[in-house]
Amino acid sequence: MPSLPDAEMPDALALAERAAAEQVHDPHVADVDLKPAFFDWLCRIGDNALILGHRVSEWCGHAPVLEEDIALANVALDLIGQTQMWLSLAAEVEDKGRTADDLAYLRDAMKFRNIKLVELPNGDMGVTVMRQFLFDAYHFELLTALARSESPRVAEIAAKALKEVAYHLERSSDLVIRLGDGTAESHARMQAALDALWPYAGEVFVADAVDEAVARAGIAPALPDLLPKWERTVAEVLDEATLTRPDRRFDVHVGGKQGRHTEHLGYILAEMQFLQRAYPGAEW
Amino acid sequence: MYAQMVKSEGKTDRAEMSPEERAFQDRIDANEKIEPKDWMPDGYRKTLIRQIGQHAHSEIVGQLPEGNWITRAPTLERKQILLAKVQDEAGHGLYLYCAAETLGVSRDELFEKLHSGAMKYSSIFNYPTLTWADMGAVGWLVDGAAIMNQVPLQRTSYGPYARAMVRICKEESFHQRQGYAVMMRMAFGTPEQKEMAQDALNRFWYPSLMMFGPSDKDSVHSAQSMAWRIKMNTNDELRQKFVDETVPQAEYLGLTVPDETLKWNEERGHYDFAEPDWEEFFEVLKGNGPCNDERLAARRKAWDDGEWFREGLSAYADKAAARRAASDLAAE
Ligand SMILES: [Fe+2]
Ligand SMILES: [Fe+2]
Repeated sequence: MPSLPDAEMPDALALAERAAAEQVHDPHVADVDLKPAFFDWLCRIGDNALILGHRVSEWCGHAPVLEEDIALANVALDLIGQTQMWLSLAAEVEDKGRTADDLAYLRDAMKFRNIKLVELPNGDMGVTVMRQFLFDAYHFELLTALARSESPRVAEIAAKALKEVAYHLERSSDLVIRLGDGTAESHARMQAALDALWPYAGEVFVADAVDEAVARAGIAPALPDLLPKWERTVAEVLDEATLTRPDRRFDVHVGGKQGRHTEHLGYILAEMQFLQRAYPGAEW
Repeated sequence: MYAQMVKSEGKTDRAEMSPEERAFQDRIDANEKIEPKDWMPDGYRKTLIRQIGQHAHSEIVGQLPEGNWITRAPTLERKQILLAKVQDEAGHGLYLYCAAETLGVSRDELFEKLHSGAMKYSSIFNYPTLTWADMGAVGWLVDGAAIMNQVPLQRTSYGPYARAMVRICKEESFHQRQGYAVMMRMAFGTPEQKEMAQDALNRFWYPSLMMFGPSDKDSVHSAQSMAWRIKMNTNDELRQKFVDETVPQAEYLGLTVPDETLKWNEERGHYDFAEPDWEEFFEVLKGNGPCNDERLAARRKAWDDGEWFREGLSAYADKAAARRAASDLAAE
């Protein structure tokens, strides 16, 4: 072959197989009774990362300053990397021969399990930053708890993701504060973003049978336990940002976790899945 | 290249030079690095600002054609690789704007010149990316052509520029490899994929050759820039090197370079190849390429829409500084 070496390691598959074989034994992964809930729950975490990562990646090349282009790409990269880990585990739990890519690229909207907040359009940077903050504040608490999960596989992924998400939260909190307490215009935009996103922010805390099943199995925390910490982070940051917490329910728009989405998700998937749908079975 | 047709001003004739200019040229000839605080001829500074600025703008505008496919990348892995690549290009822009700043021109000033059309970026980014195979072709050919030029620029005379190039070159070879990897998947894939790969090569071949700038005989500014070691090779040298390296890579892929005259010349030890359509090149530079208007509009929109964001951040920084000063005062 000419002077250009192949970017793909020829023995990548062998390496991956060996790594999988060495993986710690996790009884939860093969637990038949738990399987439907565990699978669904892994899709929820993986899909949140996938869809938010996708939205954030839309900014690439269009951010207001070069440093933001780089930072947004970084966040998107982290989230897509996390997607790969969560959806790979979901596929393994499901045990039907599907891969993370199959789950990402070949499910239709009703099978997606992300919350509605992350599929909302980017809007201006105010909306993008506020959406990120509201999600990061939850994501950080979730992963902190999951890093102590009784499922070693879940704990392992969570510990990796937590390092990244701690940074995401630091960054989005900082931007909310600086823009909230910046100019009159940046303040107004941040308040408008908060008002618009608030009714979507609480969906993650509304527990259903799936959440309860994984909590009972010791895999995940009970969602209501995460809420006080989220509330505290949000209150502190909004206060410093001189923004006002909307006087309205934060769990108005729910259902994404069960596959009932906004109209926006279909368009995201139409774009994201285009090549896999147009050329079934091709390798990329 | 990323910097094409950079206008260079100065004197190459030693007899015309002032003593300072002669001493400066001696340092360059002795392969010394020129640093920001050193004396330099006005023409050297101006030419460098133009060249580094054009290069920086190319990195930034260059995010757009590939950014166009990030949301449609066909696998999670490809999406990550492409994101990382485009992020690198933004980073390259940043290094280069910083290098230009050492010559006394701010990033904002350079942006303004890009947005007003007073400064250019590489012609290549005015071509559209139409299929996924273009993500292969861009990495393979466009980054490949960029590498040809940037590797020698690591030894350029201006210190900050040379150091920026060292960092950039480390990342560029990953860019080219990921592009070639995409191309391999496509060329060895289904008939539809192979068709896309061939079409991408057909569309990007000549625009890639144009990246090196006009033929040496029409390249009026080369001599001065080469004397200053801010241009290390002639356009034709680099173009030939690129063709010689790329043709076997295309053959390996089983793709046909869209040039019927392409032939190995045993005597020269190089490929003979057809020149690109220089009229098209000059039209693209004038703003008449397929995507000039869109690319510039996208950059202007990003800048204009981001104004409140930038102002918000700087207003906060001012307030924070004032608060710190007030609390220092109170502490005294
Ligand atoms: Fe670059
Ligand atoms: Fe590159």
